[in-house]
Amino acid sequence: MQFGIMSVSDITRDPVTGHTPSEAERIDAILQIAKKTEEVGLDVFAIGEHHNPPFFSSSPTTLLAHIAALTERLIVTTSTTLITTNDPVRIAEEYAMLQHLSKGRMDLMLGRGNTAPVYPWFGQDIRQGLPLALENYNLLHRLWREDVVDWEGNFRGPLQGFTSTPRPLDDVPPFVWHGSIRTPEIAEQAAYYGNGYFANNIFWPKEHYQRLIDFYRRRFEAHGHGSQKEAIVGLGGQAFIAKSSQAAHDQFRPYFNEAPVYGNGPRMEDFEEMTPLSVGSPQEVIDKTLTFREAFGDYQRQLFLIDHAGLPLPMVLEQLELLGGEVVPVLRKELAAKREPGTADAPTHASLVKAKYGDAEPRQPRPNANRGDNVTGGSPYQDSEASVEAYPTL
Amino acid sequence: MTHETFRIVVVSAGVSDPSSTRLLADRAAQRVATLAKANDRAVEITMIDLRELLPELPQALSSQLLGPRFTRAVEALVDADGIIAAAPVYKAGASGLFTSFFQVLDNDLLIGKPVILAATAGTARHALVVDNEMRALFAYLRALPVPTGLFAATEDWTDKALGTRIDRAATELLILMESGFARAVRDGSWGSYQHEYGSAGGTELDIDLDSDMMRLATGGTLRDGEDPFDLSKG
Repeated sequence: MQFGIMSVSDITRDPVTGHTPSEAERIDAILQIAKKTEEVGLDVFAIGEHHNPPFFSSSPTTLLAHIAALTERLIVTTSTTLITTNDPVRIAEEYAMLQHLSKGRMDLMLGRGNTAPVYPWFGQDIRQGLPLALENYNLLHRLWREDVVDWEGNFRGPLQGFTSTPRPLDDVPPFVWHGSIRTPEIAEQAAYYGNGYFANNIFWPKEHYQRLIDFYRRRFEAHGHGSQKEAIVGLGGQAFIAKSSQAAHDQFRPYFNEAPVYGNGPRMEDFEEMTPLSVGSPQEVIDKTLTFREAFGDYQRQLFLIDHAGLPLPMVLEQLELLGGEVVPVLRKELAAKREPGTADAPTHASLVKAKYGDAEPRQPRPNANRGDNVTGGSPYQDSEASVEAYPTL
Repeated sequence: MTHETFRIVVVSAGVSDPSSTRLLADRAAQRVATLAKANDRAVEITMIDLRELLPELPQALSSQLLGPRFTRAVEALVDADGIIAAAPVYKAGASGLFTSFFQVLDNDLLIGKPVILAATAGTARHALVVDNEMRALFAYLRALPVPTGLFAATEDWTDKALGTRIDRAATELLILMESGFARAVRDGSWGSYQHEYGSAGGTELDIDLDSDMMRLATGGTLRDGEDPFDLSKG
């Protein structure tokens, strides 16, 4: 079971001090937050992708590569990578590069993005968001698994004899989570490919997420990837922790009340009652988080949203101390004790290498010499099968 | 032969106590019950007083998060055979509370359901609000407002004609309920309306695995025609 944090990268005015961090300050802060995430013993750091103010994370692989270089154990990932407005060819290239640089300490989560004006900035149309997401992933999946891809679809130019470089580390594609909270087709795609399914578990009652997670588990089994409990499920969650329940409520209330998305709406206490948000002492946060397992079954990854809504850096770092120091160690112990035998472990690069090669050496692709035309043809690597002769000889 | 009980849901956006809006809605509901009884049909009336949902309205509007009272209101509407929807007119329109409530509901919650529309106002100059404004909202929801809209300005409360119109609207609602229109439409062409997963008040949970999108989700393609390079096709 992996624990970590996810950030949407919002740059929000601190409603208590009135201070709005500059982009430079916020980007510097996220590096400190990521380093702290590892220091306090958490496993995963996830960043969102946005292409408009007030967010800073337009280039997640650049940020995550830097964080990977600053850390030793931390898995870097996204929450989410836009599978709609990014060219899947660029996703294949950039995340394979990140995989090499981080030595496999990465994966990624795909999402559609729901900001309509962003789509045309990248030549796309939100009304085609779902087929775009589905088709783009179908291509991405092949680009990481086939050295040479011929492909034709509806949303980008066709590919003939295309090789995405670098090939994935050890020729093992990065693990992919499909993030969705209301789209059965996305859950079906995750199940079809045996990928992970992630529910953000933030805005609605947990019953809302339960239905699609159950559907994903059933379909994972139907597609032959294993039993329902072997399906790979990740959950979000939102917490604010202080020594006492009262202190947590007092400190968090001004940030909650003006938070993006749900701010100026529900009372914090109502939101706590109706959604997975927990505000309270370490024990209260532990108790609430344990209810997730009861609702969704054993799962593999828990990401908390703790860096948002204008919370100042020292407060976020303190949250990490409490999360890593007092909450997660207990959760690890309790969840391990309750865990049903036969449930899957959280996938890592090492486990995926092991699954593909056993004890054998992983494949390390070495390119053939350039033929002089900068095009690789049908057999770009020394160990590629030359299934088709490039040119007939007389 | 015994018939199922008609379930009538009254939605009133009146906020004063006593409320003339509530009074108009009650009169319509009672008339429907009386007429139904004459036809040997029992009626069960559920009252949704929107004033009681006010504390939950901000979160419903800002994050589509329905509180417990909203949830109960939606559950009642899911089961409703007929609806009586009544609003006070403020500033030449149905009140914000009334409009907000119906705007929060799923688009497909009320498909085909017969509705009596009713409004109250301090002056007859608001009389067209029912037919010009409220009727459009229910058209959007694919509900079926009865031909007679009810409107009561102050002077109408002493006019016997209001009672006649209430009787007419109630008769129309009863005939539409007896016809089984809503059920027939839903049984016959539910799939041809737009739905989202979990819509219709959380009842729309069927997943069609045999769709173009599901084929695309499982590695298929949206492209028509055959691959000209597919050697297996000879």
